[in-house]
Amino acid sequence: MTTVISRILKYGWQNFRRNRWLSIATISILLLTLTVFQGLILFRVMTETGIANLKNKIDVSIYFTSEAEEEGILTIQRRLEQQENVKQVEYISRDKALAMFKKRHEDDPTINQALRELNDNPLSASLNIKADNPSDYSGIVAFLDKQKNWQPIIEKTTYRQNQLVIERLGNIVNTAEKFGFGLTFFLSIAAILVTFNTISLAIYSNREELSVMRLMGSPNNFIVGPYVVTGIIYSVIAAVLSMVIIWPIVGFISPYLKFFVSDTSLATYYADNFLKLAGYQLVFGVTLGIVSAHVAIRKYLKI
Amino acid sequence: MINFINVSKIYKNDSAALDNVSFKINSKEFVTLVGKSGAGKSTIIKLLIGEEKASRGKVLFGEHEVSRLDHKDIPYLRRKIGIVFQDFRLLPLKTAYENIEFAMEASGKTKQEIDEVIPQVLDMVGLADQSGNFPHELSGGERQRVAIARAMVNRPALIIADEPTGNLDPGNTWEIINILLRINELGTTILLATHNKDIINNLGKRVISLDNGKIIRDEKKGRYILK
Repeated sequence: MTTVISRILKYGWQNFRRNRWLSIATISILLLTLTVFQGLILFRVMTETGIANLKNKIDVSIYFTSEAEEEGILTIQRRLEQQENVKQVEYISRDKALAMFKKRHEDDPTINQALRELNDNPLSASLNIKADNPSDYSGIVAFLDKQKNWQPIIEKTTYRQNQLVIERLGNIVNTAEKFGFGLTFFLSIAAILVTFNTISLAIYSNREELSVMRLMGSPNNFIVGPYVVTGIIYSVIAAVLSMVIIWPIVGFISPYLKFFVSDTSLATYYADNFLKLAGYQLVFGVTLGIVSAHVAIRKYLKI
Repeated sequence: MINFINVSKIYKNDSAALDNVSFKINSKEFVTLVGKSGAGKSTIIKLLIGEEKASRGKVLFGEHEVSRLDHKDIPYLRRKIGIVFQDFRLLPLKTAYENIEFAMEASGKTKQEIDEVIPQVLDMVGLADQSGNFPHELSGGERQRVAIARAMVNRPALIIADEPTGNLDPGNTWEIINILLRINELGTTILLATHNKDIINNLGKRVISLDNGKIIRDEKKGRYILK
């Protein structure tokens, strides 16, 4: 068994080394495909992070009248938390709101002066609601509207003020998600087909040689094996090269992406996940290499 | 060793490549198949190596009934047969030595056997000095000698030579035929398909003549007689 495997490896390496032009051509195509594949992974990461950031920025706040009892507000908080689609409800008391306001404007002497002169807390207590999806806010607000006994202590909700913006952001998030998924799906299929056809063509160009092996009574694994090994060598080289090529590109575009996705650096993500991404490349390339070589040989040689 | 019993091969368009053919070839015989293009020579060879299946009748090779062999058993049959083609069919990216080595490795021979046998075989076909050359660096005659070395290296019971001299000049033609005769003297059965009148008339061996898929003559010491 060891002898057979070592012979298969030897012939796989020989095919790769001696068919220099075919090897270069195949690796070039695979390199393009794997680079697109890796670009897709990074694109998904960035769009998902961007969408998550955008979703996080959308919220609805309920402001309560200054007479509202804390007990009543906490009851509303608990009822809201029980709602489906509600991700989080944060209670901001009047004192906390004032502390936050002071902190935000600590460098503004005019505001500080005004607050001192007021000698009272002018801010309202509020509940800050975050939903799972931007489209859920209208439902949550409708639920609030139905609770007639809560209305006397509610001063205002920000939803009505920001309704248009929230709906538009919601639409943008939905479209970006669908577009990202569609693009990934389409380009993945294209990458798979290109790899499959490239390896198939490489094997097709050797069909005469393969038929001679068959006529000599070579065992099937002795015919298929070396081509699978060659396919793996192509994939590994293309995967390593694509990682090397992508690195400087990521470094170059990362600062520009900060304008769109401010919380994440693509370059940091790439460096932190380098081994994982290299692993994806290898698994994707090698799996395609093996499957394509098998299918192509069986198709052309009817083994 | 080889036994064709009432064998017919009919292709899909109803053309009969072989029509109720029967013959026997004994071990260590040297037999020439002769006939024009389309007479049925290649079909006999294809049936013998399991590349085609007979439409009717039985094709026996040793203990195998070739026409009933399972697809996965065909490689085992072919390792008992060495084949030489008109167009050599060497592996272009392997040297002369590696072409022969591949045949031995494919049939599971050890490294020691390979190192021992290949120099002897190359010497026998007169290519000891060209063992490191790739096929494109060899002449037609030399390529055919590599092909013969490859066919005989696993000591098969039968060597089939399908028009092995078709692409060669008269000098090389006789060198190839002489190598085949020497292999036959060492005990290997040879089945030679050719339409070279000179070879057939000078060999003085058994000749099976085919025409339109039928055997029209089978003589112990045959001559080239075709309409």
